[in-house]
Order: sequence, then C-alpha cells, then structure tokens
Amino acid sequence: MATSFRTPLARARGLGSAKEGVHHWKLQRVTSISELLLEIWFVTQLIRMAGSGYSEWVAWFSSPINASLMSAWMISIFYHTKLGVQVVIEDYVDSRPYKIAALLALNLVAVALAVAAIFSIVTISLRG
Amino acid sequence: MAEFALPKNSRPVEGKRHKSADGATNVKEFRIYRFDPEWGTNPRIDTYEVDLDKCGPMVLDALIKIKGEVDGTLTFRRSCREGICGSCSMNIDGENTLACLKAIDDCKGAVKIYPLPHMEVIKDLVVDFTHFWAQYESIQPWLKTESPEPARERVQSVEEREKLDGLYDCILCACCTTSCPSYWWNGDKYLGPATLLQAHRWIADSRDEATGERLDDLEDPFKLYRCHTIMNCANTCPKGLNPAKAIAEIKKLIVERTL
Repeated sequence: MATSFRTPLARARGLGSAKEGVHHWKLQRVTSISELLLEIWFVTQLIRMAGSGYSEWVAWFSSPINASLMSAWMISIFYHTKLGVQVVIEDYVDSRPYKIAALLALNLVAVALAVAAIFSIVTISLRG
Repeated sequence: MAEFALPKNSRPVEGKRHKSADGATNVKEFRIYRFDPEWGTNPRIDTYEVDLDKCGPMVLDALIKIKGEVDGTLTFRRSCREGICGSCSMNIDGENTLACLKAIDDCKGAVKIYPLPHMEVIKDLVVDFTHFWAQYESIQPWLKTESPEPARERVQSVEEREKLDGLYDCILCACCTTSCPSYWWNGDKYLGPATLLQAHRWIADSRDEATGERLDDLEDPFKLYRCHTIMNCANTCPKGLNPAKAIAEIKKLIVERTL
C-alpha cells in the first residue's frame, strides 16, 4: 500500500457516522417476534391438520385469514433473512466490488423468494 | 474475505531454548512469542525455563526475571505491576489479560505468552496501538458542556454517580477490543468494546450536555452495530467489566429516542 500521511485521528474518523443502523436493528427484532408468533400459529395449524390430504389443504389456504397470515409469515421470514445475511456479508466480505454484488444479489433473491412464496399462496388460495 | 490465518511470513517457528540454572527443582516453561522486524525472518517461539522458587507469583514477575537475568532482548510493556495502568496486556494461556494479574499457578503446563491478537506487532509482546488510541480520541472522551461554567464543581447526585460504576473503571488495556472477532475483521471502522464502553461512560454522565451528538456519531452500521454480542469482551476483561452491556445500553438509547 502507498504511504499515507493522514493522521491516525483522520483515519479513525473515516467518513464519519452514516447515521443509520437503528432501523436495521429494530426491524431485526420486530421480525423475530412476528416470526415467533406466526410459527407458533403455523405449528398449531399443522397439528390440527395432521393427516389431511391435498383438498383439505387447498381449502385451508382458501381461508383469507390463513392465506393472509401465511403471506405475512413469508414476508417476515425473507425480510429477516435479508437483514441477517446482510450482516454476515458486511462482516466477512472485504472486497468492495464483491461486497456490493453480494448485497445486491441478496436483496434480489430475498425479494424474488418472497414474491414467489406469496404468488404460490395466492394461486392455491384461489383454487379452493 | 476476512483473514482467517496468519500470512506466511507471520507464522511463528520454533525458537531458542534457555535452560534454567542447574539445581533448580521447581521449573516452569515459558513459551514466548518473539519478533523483531530487523531479523527479516518469521516470528519464533522461544522457551525459557524459570525456577519458580526464585520468582514472584505473577506472569509479569517471570517476564521481568527473564528480561533481567536471562535475555535482555525480550521486549514488553509494563509499569504499575498492580492492574491499574493497563500496560502489560497480552495473550497468556490463550486469553487476553494483564500479566501482572495473572498467577503463574493458574497456567497449566507451559505458560504460552503471545502479543494481543490481530494487532500489528512492533517487537515481541509490544503491539501498535496507534489506531486504537485514535479511535478512543474520536469519541471525544471528555466532558462537553455549553452551560456557563458553575462557580463550584459540577455536582452530581449519588444515584447519577453510580451510573458510572463499571464504566469509569476501564483502564484501556485493550484486552477486550483485541479479543473481539468483529474487531479483528472490521477494526478499521468498528470502534470495538473498549472505545464503546468509554463512549458510554460519557453518554451516561449526568453532567455531560452532548449526549445527543454522541449518539448521532455512534449510530453507524460499522462504528457501533458490528457488535454482535459475542461477549468475548466481558469474558476476558481483567477488571471484570462488561463492555457488551455498555454497548447494548448505547443501542437501547438510540432506539429510545425514536420511540
């Protein structure tokens, strides 16, 4: 690396505070709580529906409450995943181009999976 | 990617062995990291046999004995020898601590002594704290006020003063910061546990009038939020402090002002 004559303080300050981070921190916690509640709900539904076949499940999905809660769960899951994996990338990927590419890919994949999940829920729901 | 192994030229090799004097019956081995940039070679691990019957009880006593009687080239920082100056912080037996507070008897087998992890080594056990001190300076660790200066001292209630307990006691030895994986990977931007605990020391001070600006300056994905509550800091602190808790308090205050 080329010699730098910046002072240690200038280097420590860097570009200053991004004034950002609390939103990420809060939503990580909010989505954990919503996931926990929705998972408890889904597991109780699984137990209740034990032994059900295809047509019963299609009927279950056609209930607006079930379809809505399932969609909410999917949004919560993929949003939480995005927030978590983002931290892993920021922690471990040093190279600037790789980091930006990875964060971009993460966002696209998370949105694509959430959209696909909700689309599936709607499709099954309309079949009932 | 983050560096998970030492670069080839930083990997220590087996070094010299210094035998204890004949007739010693209570001998303990000290395996100490040695590096001198003037060698132009890899660091090495030298082994010193120390007669514990003629040595004080702490690891620092052994280091001083080795330097004084066996090998004057061994380099380390020390000053107060009673856990208040924070100079002799190093990695002993796999844990960051102060050599003056670590009893030799608490180390099983050979006593392994390394510099603080993931820091640039200047010589032997002495590491470069330039960035660490600059980060400390960056949080402006002094009382900031705008109100006219009072005629007497700035008063504080007993309860307000108690909020500084566990914060003012930090001696800035850097054991916590250099034990933190998040600091290893992102120490250029992440402030690390010691500096954040010190930042909270001023945020929690009832006499300080810059709390909001201090929180503004910390709210940053890297400066503050690289803390993932790994807790190495609290485990390793030779003064028994809990930097992770101080960091959590800062995060709570930043949330609190949005609610």
